[in-house]
Amino acid sequence: MELRGKAHKFGDDVNTDYIISGRYKFKTLDMKELARHVMEDLDPDFYSKITPGDFIVAGRNFGCGSSREQAPLAIIHAGISAVVAKSFARIFYRNCINTGLPVIECDTDQIDPGDELAIDLEKGVLHNLTKGIDLKITPLPKVMLKILSDGGLVEHFKKYGTFNFD
Amino acid sequence: MGKTIAEKILSMKSGQDARANDIVIADLDFVMGQDGTSPLAIRAFREMMAKKVFDPRKIAMVIDHSAPSPLQGVSELHHQMREFAREQGIYLYDIGDGVCHQLLPEQGHVVPGNLVIGADSHTCTYGAINVFSTGVGSTDLAAGLISGKLWFKVPETFKFVLNGKLPHGVFSKDLILYLIGDVTADGATYMAAEYTGEAIRDLSVEARFTISNMAIEMGAKCGLMEADDKVIEWVKQHTDKPFEPVSPDPDAVYAKVKEYDVSNLEPQVAKPHTVDNVCPVREVAGTPIQQGVIGTCTNGRMEDLRIAAKILKGKKIHKDTRLVVAPASRQVMLQAIREGILEIFIEAGAAVVTPGCGPCVGTHNGIPSDGENVISTANRNFKGRMGNNKAFIYLASPATVAASVLTGKITDPREFL
Repeated sequence: MELRGKAHKFGDDVNTDYIISGRYKFKTLDMKELARHVMEDLDPDFYSKITPGDFIVAGRNFGCGSSREQAPLAIIHAGISAVVAKSFARIFYRNCINTGLPVIECDTDQIDPGDELAIDLEKGVLHNLTKGIDLKITPLPKVMLKILSDGGLVEHFKKYGTFNFD
Repeated sequence: MGKTIAEKILSMKSGQDARANDIVIADLDFVMGQDGTSPLAIRAFREMMAKKVFDPRKIAMVIDHSAPSPLQGVSELHHQMREFAREQGIYLYDIGDGVCHQLLPEQGHVVPGNLVIGADSHTCTYGAINVFSTGVGSTDLAAGLISGKLWFKVPETFKFVLNGKLPHGVFSKDLILYLIGDVTADGATYMAAEYTGEAIRDLSVEARFTISNMAIEMGAKCGLMEADDKVIEWVKQHTDKPFEPVSPDPDAVYAKVKEYDVSNLEPQVAKPHTVDNVCPVREVAGTPIQQGVIGTCTNGRMEDLRIAAKILKGKKIHKDTRLVVAPASRQVMLQAIREGILEIFIEAGAAVVTPGCGPCVGTHNGIPSDGENVISTANRNFKGRMGNNKAFIYLASPATVAASVLTGKITDPREFL
């Protein structure tokens, strides 16, 4: 599976309050509505800048803070196809895999805002098409690949009724 | 080769010889969700085609983040939780009962040596009583509700050795803020933190919860401490459940060890807009404050209220300042009434609100206006956290918050103690 789109760049320590504020997330399960407010406290116009398939690209510790799963869900419903960062906070990382949002760890200093990217999850390579360079991706643990390839944890449980990594 | 607390608990609960970086599937002793995360988990539970939870006596849902409901949309989500709890026979803590992380230890649901997940990032709080407890998202919560299990990557451990005695007027909140400032917001990411040493042993169990509560703010998966006599006595006061404390082996392997001498520590604050943006109070002393908040899962317990009341007793808060007090639970609130502490707060000019999370998470009960400075005993000061992205949040101990609302500016509490 190849993902393709342009990069929207953010800094270090982007927390889940910034991804989707508590002002919105406590009052609805309508993810389309939450998606309109994604990253609003960092960039009020972010939602309108997204072309479906685009990537969020960030620095260290992306997704730190609250455990809210509305964060990856709002990102997915805003049309973002993957998040690329130098490192991720662990609850957010698990939530992404569970909800089926690919998370990619690599050296994002080599990516500028607006760069056109293509990501090959199977081969573990990120092509920066604008710069003509390939970046190495940290591989996902086996159990996470299994959950992601089943289509998320809901699908995994529908299939097996419990955790099954054999 | 010896094991850390995290490796020992995950070994016991998985039946495997669990070592750092192994992946294990382990049995859960308790599972918790709150009103910001449970509704999505209930939806996932249904989508997973589940009919019954694994054990209703090992599950609680807590309505605390927007409680009582300030909006119709929230009311609908609370309704779903009440219906689910009734249908499944699980524990439900409703409005006014308190903050989830106060309730689980206080109501005796979690005991030393347990493995616990909660769909709330501050679930790491129970590490103070030797529980491997960690925050998860809603779909992991649903999987836990159904199977009573979860997969874990066994974390490496970052050991903090805290030597010396905390000076007068310096509290566990100051200590954990200092540590977060030192190692930064991702200093312990993917790791378990173990806090040990004389300074920890000297603290009450209540004060220790403040430290474990904020382990997540350095990125840690849990914030573990050993169960000493104080912990064992505290737990026995809250439950008859049997338990077996877990200590690290003397030859346990740590990814990192840092030693500190706390005997010269000063009161600390975290400045806007990150928790690791920490400095001594004196560096920002004099900054005008429009609102103070005392409460939350970090600092809403009796000991916190007592120290704030000691400073506020017989005085009035500054005329340009407001104070919101939210006791951590119904029990805490009742005890504060019995001790005359709420009277002190109310006479000083505070607004005392329902036990819950509202003022910390920006759902209601004290959203600041544009440009205002807030000083809070909470654990997060992210931009927008309290419901307004144009406000500025400083984090401090209950003593510093109480002193600051008296003077209307950030103030070193030692002047009042």
